[in-house]
Amino acid sequence: MTPPQGPAHGPSNGELPSRRDAPARDAPDPDAPPQRERRSPENPERLYILTGEDSERAPLDLVTLIVAQGEASPMAQPEHSAVLRLCGTPLSVAELSAYLALPFSVVTVVLTELLATGLVQARAPIVRSALPDRSLLEAVMHGLQKL
Amino acid sequence: MDFRNSKNTDTITGPRSEDVLPHTASAAVKVVIVGGFGVGKTTMVGSVSEIRPLTTEETMTEAGIGVDDNYGSETKTATTVAMDFGRISISDELVLYLFGTPGQERFWFLWNGLFEGALGAVVLIDTRRLEVSFDVIGRLEERGVPFVIAVNDFPDAPHHPVETLRRALDLGPGVPIMACDARLRESSRDVLMTLMRYLHSLTVAAARV
Repeated sequence: MTPPQGPAHGPSNGELPSRRDAPARDAPDPDAPPQRERRSPENPERLYILTGEDSERAPLDLVTLIVAQGEASPMAQPEHSAVLRLCGTPLSVAELSAYLALPFSVVTVVLTELLATGLVQARAPIVRSALPDRSLLEAVMHGLQKL
Repeated sequence: MDFRNSKNTDTITGPRSEDVLPHTASAAVKVVIVGGFGVGKTTMVGSVSEIRPLTTEETMTEAGIGVDDNYGSETKTATTVAMDFGRISISDELVLYLFGTPGQERFWFLWNGLFEGALGAVVLIDTRRLEVSFDVIGRLEERGVPFVIAVNDFPDAPHHPVETLRRALDLGPGVPIMACDARLRESSRDVLMTLMRYLHSLTVAAARV
């Protein structure tokens, strides 16, 4: 199939030209949706770099589950006590950030200190790999079906 | 009673008793719902989540490059970026988290591996403002994050045939495109199911190679 070429009067059947053959801005059909242009490698998005080294922080994901392994000492910082109180049952780092009303990065600093002293345990998330685990996807589908 | 800015951590309220995960919860997976402002990300998160949607935030510090109206002064600005999320317990061991995130890439790196670790993404689209999804789709392609397109069915939004949208978005034939009503639990659930089936089909296809 050859999409219409040239800017003249567009096809009246509402057919859109494809990005490769004719830019959408040439399409006169006012009802047509705008056309996405594929990003080119010569025009990369500006990179934003975080300053500061993160190497001293534990590799925590938003959905790493945190479970308390002990109780806070009376001398503990209030944030540490609060984390230990909240994590009597598993709680994700994202939920901790929400309940504590602290930025994600601040929570990871607190958790890094608690992990170092063994007061919390971290249960790592399952992340997408090159070949996703089929049984994992089937488990998720099964769970969604019950909703 | 604003606890959010309180320094007194004793006042922090945790999850409601019905929102507590079982001790057996051992692993979590995440799915990202991405789209422009007002497209319905939080609505979708809220309609399928078993918990009231929560908000995590991160602070972003940017040098004020290109800003010339405060010449001579410190041009560093801190912006707080918020992200709403919800949760679905899949089993006693497995938990699915859903994150609704803005489309701009400069927000994505704030949360380590938000996309890299996600099983996949839902690109939520409003056909009145289709172009706001273009950059997001490009970034997901570049990063190899599998995604489905969910067209949030606003009453006054123009309707386009699926193949018209596919051409406009320059998507391959395999990428699922579906209509949805983000307010409805079943509809949002179906979007997630479509994503999982799509991921499953990719796995099967890869296994055949």
